[in-house]
Amino acid sequence: MRMHRRTLLALAAFTGLTAPSMALAADDTIKIGLLATFEGPFTVLGEDGERGAMTAVAEMNGTVAGKKIEIVKGSSDASPDSAVRAARKLVEQDGVKVLVGPLSGDEGLAVKDYAKTQPNVTFINGTSAAQDTTLRDPAENFFRFSTDGAQWMAGLGTYAFKDKGYKKVATVAEDYSFPYTQVFGFMAEFCKAGGHVPSKSWVPIGNKDFSSVIAAIPEDVDAIYVALGGADAVNFLTQYQQGGGSAPLIGGSITVDQTVLTSKGKLRDVLKGTPSAGPTADTNDAPAWKAFVEAYKKQPGAFPSPSLFAHGYYVDMKATLLGLDQVGGDVSDGGKKLRDALSKLSFDTPTGKVSLDKNRNAIADIFLTEVTEGADGNLMNKLVKVVPQVNQTLGIPEDEFMKLGAVNRDNPSCP
Amino acid sequence: MSLLDQPSSPSLSGGGMTRRQAWGLVGLFAAAVIVWLVFAVWPDWLNAILISKKAFVSAILNGITLAGLYFLVASGFTLIFGLMRNVNLAHGSLYLLGAYIGYEVTSRTGYWLLGVAAGFAVLAIVGVVMQVFVFRRLEGDDLRQTLVSIGISIVAADLMLAVWAGGTYQIATPEWLDGALTLPIITAVRSNGASVFLTYPLYRLVVLAAAIVIGVGLWLMLHRTRVGMMIRAGVDDRAMLQASGVNVHAVFAIVFAVGAGLAGFAGVVGGSALSVAPGEDVRYLLASLVVVIVGGMGSITGAAIGALLIGLAEQIGLVYFPTYGIVLTFVIMVVTLAVRPQGIMGKAR
Repeated sequence: MRMHRRTLLALAAFTGLTAPSMALAADDTIKIGLLATFEGPFTVLGEDGERGAMTAVAEMNGTVAGKKIEIVKGSSDASPDSAVRAARKLVEQDGVKVLVGPLSGDEGLAVKDYAKTQPNVTFINGTSAAQDTTLRDPAENFFRFSTDGAQWMAGLGTYAFKDKGYKKVATVAEDYSFPYTQVFGFMAEFCKAGGHVPSKSWVPIGNKDFSSVIAAIPEDVDAIYVALGGADAVNFLTQYQQGGGSAPLIGGSITVDQTVLTSKGKLRDVLKGTPSAGPTADTNDAPAWKAFVEAYKKQPGAFPSPSLFAHGYYVDMKATLLGLDQVGGDVSDGGKKLRDALSKLSFDTPTGKVSLDKNRNAIADIFLTEVTEGADGNLMNKLVKVVPQVNQTLGIPEDEFMKLGAVNRDNPSCP
Repeated sequence: MSLLDQPSSPSLSGGGMTRRQAWGLVGLFAAAVIVWLVFAVWPDWLNAILISKKAFVSAILNGITLAGLYFLVASGFTLIFGLMRNVNLAHGSLYLLGAYIGYEVTSRTGYWLLGVAAGFAVLAIVGVVMQVFVFRRLEGDDLRQTLVSIGISIVAADLMLAVWAGGTYQIATPEWLDGALTLPIITAVRSNGASVFLTYPLYRLVVLAAAIVIGVGLWLMLHRTRVGMMIRAGVDDRAMLQASGVNVHAVFAIVFAVGAGLAGFAGVVGGSALSVAPGEDVRYLLASLVVVIVGGMGSITGAAIGALLIGLAEQIGLVYFPTYGIVLTFVIMVVTLAVRPQGIMGKAR
């Protein structure tokens, strides 16, 4: 007990000594926290998110409003508690007043709740895309300039039903808030068009062995909608190929992302021709996108084309820097001016105009895509169609949209 | 409980059946049910309960092949523990390192078997080095050995992240292991009377076969060779073995080499069936811990039984109640610890 108390005392003294020196960061730098998954199953995704964020910083030559930008990194493993732990470390120990992140759906929900306890810190999303991070019970100081998982699916359900002719589709997705949101976005259109979803498989995140899940998919479906990310997607697709799977696939936004398309192995054959939708398209011809790809490629270890994580972190970091620029890098008022500036911010990103709704969630263009092999042998998402300015309620009036209920395993349903 | 009570009251079990016979009957009945479930064409009500026969039989087969993989990892772990009382918490790192080495060798030379051999050989050497330079210095100091092995696993994980980054690697299997095999199991009958047979990836069956061969080989080595005799003697009483003139350190080194080599072997084989990514080390460490706790420390047969239970529980859980599937594994562990703390095949010490 004595030891214990003494240790505590020493710790307290230590914190007392170091804390002021941290708070007194030099006046000519501004600290921005960058929270992403640098460990766990989504490591590759987090690393690409960082490249995107650093592309935005590099675009401003590392300064904003005459102050040097100092990026403090925080790492999570895609679990909500690790995200909150990393956010707390950045806010309470490193003393950042502006934080960009996190990456994954459940993390976003957890960090939003944490944001409510830190009203003087401004939180800007990374790529986390669960619906209720901003739709229900939002935090005043949490901004999302990247869109949510349901928005990303805009146009896909209709395309699968009308153009591809799929009437019955089974879904396989990870068991947490982001895939719920993606399945919701897909089914909202697909069911409305007249399609049926007889079976939904929810698998734990980080699952390795999908063969039993694959065997449980009904044999009479026209296609399988897959919303898995990173290593999970690679495992599913490889085992689907090994098991001789033949039904065509429909991809969730991160299933046919560059983080998966660049994987080594035989899964490439399964992926070709897979339709999907998301906030980016690799073959986008817009000059702004091409310029962004070039800037992104200067980052070490970059993919042939930026993933949606690089894009999302870029957009959110860019918005953060634009906001900081408007207020002259001044967050001494607890960030109030910065948040006012961010709420009103509307700017052109590589993927078109982005503005915020009243819940501080982005309204932006969404891209319908199909996987093809590029001239250089890399798999690419070919642009099929742009769905302009999708809002969070997918164009449905808000009260009607809220009546659809919160997304979860069983909602929506059209067996 | 009632099953246990029955044999002790002969009047109830009809005609003085012994405890053994009663258990035999139960076993026969269970076997008959399983055979029927696998080979019969299912009636509709059963399909309705268990999703489909294809899903059920695949889950069982996957459970067994996954068990094969778990057994490969856990057998080394249990051997090392049984002999040296050393919980080597860096065992998962050995698995992951083996997988990465297998990937490098396979992708550079194009020969998968060479990758498997390299995974075993390199990790066997790493195992001996670990034993000689680390664990021998801490002999008899369980707590320090455990802490040092945790330290090694953390450092190893970061070093591997630095070398191979965070990507997901897939070790390419050779052509002759690719594709699916049609098994003589009818999963459904089409309306035109044609039978639909179950197809199953050939590679997974090969993994299972490899696990069985290695399991039998290990058992033979332990029970039929002189080295095996020494190892078993060491498990039972190390001091006595040393006193009778055996070089215990050499025995330790052999066990560590075999255990670590098996982990490396499993890494390559498992990395071809599933995939290789950071975090696998912790996953397989946890799996082998649970397998060894359930099966009993230091027992190869126990590791096989434990692996089978955990593999089946994981796969059946994944298909029938995915959200709570992971709980099933730990329920098995908790029940084992409550009813038989030394593990199913473990010896009470």
